[in-house]
Order: sequence, then structure tokens, then C-alpha cells
Amino acid sequence: MNLLYSQDEEALRDSLRDLLRTRAGSPDDGFDAEVWRLLTVELGVTGLVIPEKLGGAGASLREAALVMEELGRFLTPVPYLGCAVMAVTALRVAGDTAILPRIADGSVCAALAVPFAGPAGDVRVTDGTLTGRLESVADALAADVLLVPAGGDLYEVAADGPGVTRTPVVSLDVTRPLVDVALSAAPGRRIGPARPALGAARTAGAALLASEQLGVAEWCLDTTVEYARTRIQFGRPIGSFQAIKHRLADVWVSVTQSRAVARFAAGAVSGADPDGAEPRLAAALAQAHCGPVAVRAAEECVQLHGGIGFTWEHPAHLYLKRAKTTSIALGTAAAHRRQLAGLLGLTPAGTP
Amino acid sequence: MTDVRELARAFRASVPTDDPVEFLRARFDAGLAWVHYPAGLGGLGLPREQQAIVDEELAGTPSNDPRRIGIGLGMAAPTVLRHGTPEQRRRFLRPLWTGEELWCQLFSEPGAGSDLAGLATRAVRDGDGWRVTGQKVWTSMAHRARWAILLARTDPDLPKHRGLTYFVCDMTAPGVDVRPLRQLTGEAEFNEVFLTDVFLPDDLRLGAVGEGWAVARTTLMNERVSIGGGSLPRGGGLIGMLTSLWTDRPDVRTAAAHDEMMRLWVAAEAARLTGVRARQQLAAGDPGPEGSAVKLAFAELAQRITGLELELRGAEGLRHDDWTMRHGEAVDFEGRSPTYRWLRAKGTSIEGGTSEILRNIIAERVLGLPAEPRTDTTVPWRELPR
Repeated sequence: MNLLYSQDEEALRDSLRDLLRTRAGSPDDGFDAEVWRLLTVELGVTGLVIPEKLGGAGASLREAALVMEELGRFLTPVPYLGCAVMAVTALRVAGDTAILPRIADGSVCAALAVPFAGPAGDVRVTDGTLTGRLESVADALAADVLLVPAGGDLYEVAADGPGVTRTPVVSLDVTRPLVDVALSAAPGRRIGPARPALGAARTAGAALLASEQLGVAEWCLDTTVEYARTRIQFGRPIGSFQAIKHRLADVWVSVTQSRAVARFAAGAVSGADPDGAEPRLAAALAQAHCGPVAVRAAEECVQLHGGIGFTWEHPAHLYLKRAKTTSIALGTAAAHRRQLAGLLGLTPAGTP
Repeated sequence: MTDVRELARAFRASVPTDDPVEFLRARFDAGLAWVHYPAGLGGLGLPREQQAIVDEELAGTPSNDPRRIGIGLGMAAPTVLRHGTPEQRRRFLRPLWTGEELWCQLFSEPGAGSDLAGLATRAVRDGDGWRVTGQKVWTSMAHRARWAILLARTDPDLPKHRGLTYFVCDMTAPGVDVRPLRQLTGEAEFNEVFLTDVFLPDDLRLGAVGEGWAVARTTLMNERVSIGGGSLPRGGGLIGMLTSLWTDRPDVRTAAAHDEMMRLWVAAEAARLTGVRARQQLAAGDPGPEGSAVKLAFAELAQRITGLELELRGAEGLRHDDWTMRHGEAVDFEGRSPTYRWLRAKGTSIEGGTSEILRNIIAERVLGLPAEPRTDTTVPWRELPR
């Protein structure tokens, strides 16, 4: 598998950076509607993975991974993962033709109504209406459509329709808001079976989250290196001290590895069956590796910036929070290691 | 534009393969040894990437053993090509490439390892040549080598980087004494080389007098390019030996070891994929610094994996297979016992640049961090503490 970036991807990266560089800082509600409009309507990146006949670009999750990388680097508060990666993958697997064209043209934002970490919620179906409660759902604040798994099927529910209450929670990551979703006899339209759609969405989400973690880690490394080159203490730049150099070299090594792993995971889920054994292995590998690397890079960023790194006004804390929450969301590294062990037949202790 | 595929096919069809050495000589003379070298010196002056096409077309024909000729191929040849006289290039490159003459490297010394430019081996003018005296260490293949690349001090009154000169050492010359250096594994993969009043004619000098450090940099940069090359399948190598033990021996399994093993599996696969990506970059003509990431990561991994394997084996881990001294020529991670593997892995973070030096190189050359202030670059070498 080719682990390099294609020329098209490099071009996409350039236009994304041009767009995102000027949009530093995050709004209080964790959603930048104007950037989201530019991404969806001007650049069309939410429709990357949507087939051309449904109005999308017909590209693969590899290109979407590149978008995730840049959104991670700039910590852009938009629901790309939830809508353009996970909801789109679920809808494609479920065979939807109604919602996807509207995501592609930017008129609809969809979100999977499942907890960002932990098992799927428990929603009951009664006469075509849904009732239940889902905690800590990501990317649902700005959504027009919620995709709700219930009774073995996936349902479309209007996010601001009757019987739906979204309550924002105070999220550790202020750039990716979470909501609690309460459904009380909310009318739903059945899309298709939930299990394959959710499985593929989770695998694709975990695989591409690694690219976001790569972007986060790269920002932390670049920013810290720049600081170490210019911050003078004891009469010389702190980056000339071996104690600092070696820590940054170690971060560089693990970020370099993350790039190879994230590219591999993006490639693995880009095939016809995003929830096959190889994609699941690649996604688990990616989360087991890239999540902890991003956390470590962000922790080093805070530490090596010294006092300024511990302040609210320096952005380091935003990256630290993003890194830690993504290392828990969609499964912890430990959970992914257990999943890998299962896929590789390396059974736990006490089993024959 | 030369079509190397056509050339290689025509060569293969016309040259008999029954005498391996004759075949390799003919291949060199046809410019198909290393296509990026100049015509007449085993190459055709083509982009390096095209070598893969030649190797593909000549697969299955007699070939030289890169493990045997590695130092000559990876270090001596590019240095001779860049800094050698026309006579030196003609004399050395062909038998180097065919494997008829093996090379070793006389750089490191007991007192100058990572601080290579601090070396003390002296070369003193003597008529139309030089008299060399000193001690070198960690010399792979010295007991087989016909030639060596040698860095020696020709002016101790200059600062250390400026008083060095680069030579080709005749390993058959009187005064060259090669002794096996026994390592903590019990084996002697390497040698010590004692040089006592060794006479080297001046036509074995490579580059100008006092320019040895610049010449050595060519050598060292090429060494780094060649490190981290091998390609393993997923789950192969050391991690494969650990997971096989786990699979075959339910009695060694513990919950804590399971998680540690999976951490190592993830780290091994991440390092492997990084190597794959580095080779793809190289093939695309865009070599990056990723090779040093692979080297650093592998060094640590090898130690953690072999350490866990020994712990899992428990009482078995107290027993070694064989302390008989052997004079092997390569690392034997696959063929020996778990205790040998654990001991040998201790060398992975030292050989080819210690992990500490590698981190400095990454920090300064890749990340662009400033160098530490130094006191040893401006004073005469003679006055430095040693």
C-alpha cells in the first residue's frame, strides 16, 4: 500500500491550510458555522467520500483523512468526523440515497447518535417513534439530522423535530462539543439495518481519527520546536540543551511513525469493505498507536513551554484536551490492543 | 534516454551465468552494477531509482552478497567515487563491487567512539608515503577484508576536525594486526585492529592532507542512508518470536504480559510501516530523515521485546545455550537462543551511532534546534583532555 501523499492530496492540503490558517481560535460553543459553510460549500470536502452519482466527489477515505489531519492541526471546531466520515460511511453502507446528496451539497449536517466513547445507547422503537437517552454524543450540536440506532435498525430523526432534546454538556474538549440526546416518542424514518452501518462507521472513524491525532501531534511538535529555538534561558536557546533536544527528538520519532500508521489506516478503510478484518486491524493499530502519541506530544508541548504552557491564553491546552479526549473516544488504546489481540489470535492469559 | 530495462534484458541474454565472478565483472563493465555511477565505473550516470529495474531484470543471476560487501558498498564506494583520483576509482571500485575484495572501516577507537573527530591514530610523513600507528575498534570483517577506509591524525597541532586525513589501508601490509573482540554475547562479530608503523604509499591517500573530516562526512552520510533497509512481513522478526512463544506456550501467559506484548506488537508494526514509508519515499526520489526514526525505534524495540521474552520464560531464562567463542560475521537474532537475543539487542542502541547521538542529529538537522556550545573545536587537538 502506498503510504505517501498524492499530488492531489498535497494540493488539497494547500487549499485547506489557506482557508484554515486565518481562522485561529474557537468560538465559545465549539462550532464555527462560517468555516463549516466554506468547507462544505466552497471546498466541498464534506462530500469527498460520497459517490459522484449522489452529488459527491467520489474520492476515498484517504482524502478525507488528509482533511482530518489539517482540521486537527488547526483544531477547527467543525463536525467533520461525525458528519463527513462517520455518518456518511454509515449512510453509504445502509444504502441511503436521500440524505447523502444533501450532505454533499452542504444543505444537511448529519450526526451519528451514539456516545462518543463507550457502547451504543439504548433506544426503544414504538410504532415508528423512538424513545431513549444517549450521553456524550459528539458533533450533534450543529446537526440537522440524527442517525439513531434502535431495535437493530438505523433511523433518521430530525434533530430539531418533536420529541428530541439536545442538552449541551461541559466537554473536556471545548473545540468538540458534546450533547446529551433525549428522545421521547420522536418520529423516525427507517434507513436500514444498524449493525453493518455502525460497524463500518466506527472502523472508519477510528482509522481517520488517527489522522486528526497526527495533525494535533504535528502542531504540538512544530510549535514546541519553534519555542525551543527562540526562548532564551541561561544565556542560550533552551533548544540547545540536550535535555530538551532528546525529548523533542523522541516526539519527532513517534510522530513520524504516526504518519506511516495513519496513512496505512486511511488506505486500509478506503476499499470496498470498510469493516473487513484488515480495515479493523488497521483502525485498531492506528488508535493503539496514534492516540497515545498525540497525548504525549501535547503533554510535552505544555511542559516544554514552561509557565506559558500552563495558561489559558496559550493554545497548548486546547490541543492537550483534544488529544486526551480522542484517545478515549471510539475506544481507548488498551481496548484497541485487546481488539488487535483478538484479530491476531493472541489470546489473553488463562485461555488455552 | 537510455532504456535500462532493454539494456539489462540484452545483457542477460548475451552473458553466460555459469561463472559467477565473470558474470559480475561483465555486469560491472556493462554499467549495470550501480546505474547511478559514471560510465566506466560500473554505472551509466542514470538516476538511482533505475537500479531497481536492473535488479528486477537480473533477478536470479549470480549476485554479490550485500551482507558480505556491505561496508564496501555502502561506505567505501561512494567515498572513493567522490574523493578518489581516477586511478583510485579504477583500482578499487570493480573488485569491490564484484565481492572479490572485501572492505572494512577503521574509524572508531577505544578513546573516540561517538566523538569520532577526537581519534588518536597517527599518520606521519615518511618519504613518498605515511607511517600509521594506533588502535581501532568495532571493525566488522577486518579478518576478511583486503582494504579498509582509515581516518588518521596527520596534524595534532590543529583543532581536531582539521588535523585529519583519510586513507585507504592495505590490510595485508606489515604492522596490521587483527584480533577478534569478544562481546558480552560471547561471540566476536567485530575485531580490534592494531596498526604498528604501517607503511601506506601516498597514492592510498583519499582526498587532500587535512581534509579527512570532509571525506569522512561523505562516508558517514552514506552509512546513514543504508541503515534501516531490511523489509520484514507484518509480525515477523523479533516480535514474531515473542508471539510464537505466546501462542505455543499457554503456561507462560499472564495478563500483564499480554498487554505489554500487544504494546510491543503495535510499536513493532508502527516501526515496520515507517520503514515501508521511508523506502517508498526513497523510491520516489525523495529520501527523508525517516531512516533515523526507524533505527532509533528498532533499537529500543529489540531490547524491550527480547527482555519480555526472557521474563516470560522464567526459569528457562536463567540458562544460556552456549558460551563458546565464535567469530561470526553478522547478527544472529534468528538462529540463537532467547538469552543471546536479549544480550545482542543491547548493541542495537550503540552500533551505527548511539541513540543519544542520533537524537542530537534529529534535533539539530531535522528539527533545526541550535547546537550545544562546544569547547573542543577551536583548540589544538594536542591540548584537549583525553
